[in-house]
Amino acid sequence: MDEFIRFEHLGQRFDLSEPLLARLIYRRPKKFLDAVDDVSFSIERGQTYALVGESGSGKSTIARMAVGLLLPSTGKVLIDGHDLHDRSRTEAEHRRIRQRLQMIFQSPFASLNPRWRVGSILAEPLRVFGLVEDRAAELGRVHELLDQVGLSASDARRFPHEFSGGQRQRISIARALASNPDFIVCDEPTSALDVSVQAQVLNLLKQLQRDLGLTYLFITHDLAVVRVMAHRIGVLKSGKLVEEQATAELIESPQSDYTKMLIRSAPRIGSIQARTGMSQA
Amino acid sequence: MIEPLLRVRNLRVVFPHRHGELVPIDDISFDVKRGEILGFVGESGAGKSMTGAAIINLIDPPGYIENGEIWLEDERIDQLDARAANRVRGKRISMVFQDPLTSLNPLRTIGDQLVETILVHLPISPEEARRKARKGLEEVGIDPARIDAYPHEFSGGMRQRVVIALALSAEPELIIADEPTTALDVSVQAQVLELLKKLCREHGASVILITHDMGVIAETTDRVAVLYAGRLAEIGTTAEVLNSPQHPYTRGLIASTPSVEHGDIGTHLFQIEGAMPRLDALPSGCAFHPRCEYADRRCAESRPDLLQERVACWQYADG
Repeated sequence: MDEFIRFEHLGQRFDLSEPLLARLIYRRPKKFLDAVDDVSFSIERGQTYALVGESGSGKSTIARMAVGLLLPSTGKVLIDGHDLHDRSRTEAEHRRIRQRLQMIFQSPFASLNPRWRVGSILAEPLRVFGLVEDRAAELGRVHELLDQVGLSASDARRFPHEFSGGQRQRISIARALASNPDFIVCDEPTSALDVSVQAQVLNLLKQLQRDLGLTYLFITHDLAVVRVMAHRIGVLKSGKLVEEQATAELIESPQSDYTKMLIRSAPRIGSIQARTGMSQA
Repeated sequence: MIEPLLRVRNLRVVFPHRHGELVPIDDISFDVKRGEILGFVGESGAGKSMTGAAIINLIDPPGYIENGEIWLEDERIDQLDARAANRVRGKRISMVFQDPLTSLNPLRTIGDQLVETILVHLPISPEEARRKARKGLEEVGIDPARIDAYPHEFSGGMRQRVVIALALSAEPELIIADEPTTALDVSVQAQVLELLKKLCREHGASVILITHDMGVIAETTDRVAVLYAGRLAEIGTTAEVLNSPQHPYTRGLIASTPSVEHGDIGTHLFQIEGAMPRLDALPSGCAFHPRCEYADRRCAESRPDLLQERVACWQYADG
């Protein structure tokens, strides 16, 4: 198998201690929170790995460490065998690695600059990473990106507020694609969207994965979404990985009680049969 | 036939706007029977919350009810003055909002807030009110010993329980729950919905449950109304609507909802193209026709009424 990214004994510890003076006067000990505690897993190239968990389980913290937005307290993130957080590398080398990693955030209302036109939003990564020679090439690439996510070239001149939630999330996806990444972290990309629009965005993400061979780390609390999106699933609880399996196995025959409880609690449309069946009996 | 608890007839809510008017709710009629849970489902902007706000007289100005009637048993409640509206709101109809943090006062203990609500609405002594508050907490599964705790000392799910205790404290006949579990984790969501169902059964209260989640509708409600762009697309018993949805929008909504029960990585989810129109750009005729695969000329020209008290779609007009 062809492994793309590996998380090795990853940990994130936040210092929640009171200020020094308070600790001295009231003799309080230091307090720590292990938001992520010794988490290890890897993702195959071109596949989707979903991290599932409830609020506070540490999924978004892992997402931020996976793209280098947050330095892990312990452990490593290895991309093609290279340590993402290796401090001996030069800024230029770091930049080359970061270009391959992108992120799509939960709220398309907060993650797009409202004062920039869509064209500028998409052109920024192209310029930062020096991917285009001149304005003409830049414009061409912007149009190509818009086309890839199902928007039209004329949308480049519009502002984010002129778009609906689903279209804005398409813009976020186009921006993530701009630097030709291998790996995209999708942090709850559809939880702010309506159901009918969610289906559009999920289908688009799957389409792009097939076309471009992308590797996804998909963060969500929704097991139903995971079922159609992920090759493998890891279940997180209080910063620890409680279970990890291929999608079908995990959902059909979960091992841990926590996973079983999560699956049982997911509301399902099919439950109406059971309910009405019971009321007839 | 038993009189319904709440009757809404031809409700139309209008917001004046610099280019004419916006109509977030247009010609909606429905009943809520005693002891039943009626679900309102739809996407954001469909008018679910606005319908709830209209019932308890909480539409923000400049919006107003332009047309229609709302009856609570034999009292008409859509034209009450502020004092009369206060008498109904909280006492006979109460509301549970999405975010439990914003509906509780962070500076006062939950006991204080419960006792205050009870005293406003019921003619009992403060001591009795406090006893009742403790009983209310017990009912929603919170240790009554925590009556003097502040809202921040509770988790999200516990806070929503407190809000439900608060909503029930004046023994209302109708509870409007607006996305009561959207901010909660799934495991807690299941508990809160179960609690709502149980209380509804035990108190004989009716509930209007507003949600965007078809799964929640299936698990909780007796009947369901599907809203689209401020109009009623379909209404019926939950079993009817989910087992044999008629409106193309309802069918699309159900088909595009992923399920934990089936599907895999190769599944292409059904998708409804486009998005719900904005209120200032509503299409002519049926508001859904630009996204509907069955739309013909009639759909673009005139708006279908609710047929057989079930579905608003021209497909079902003949025969």
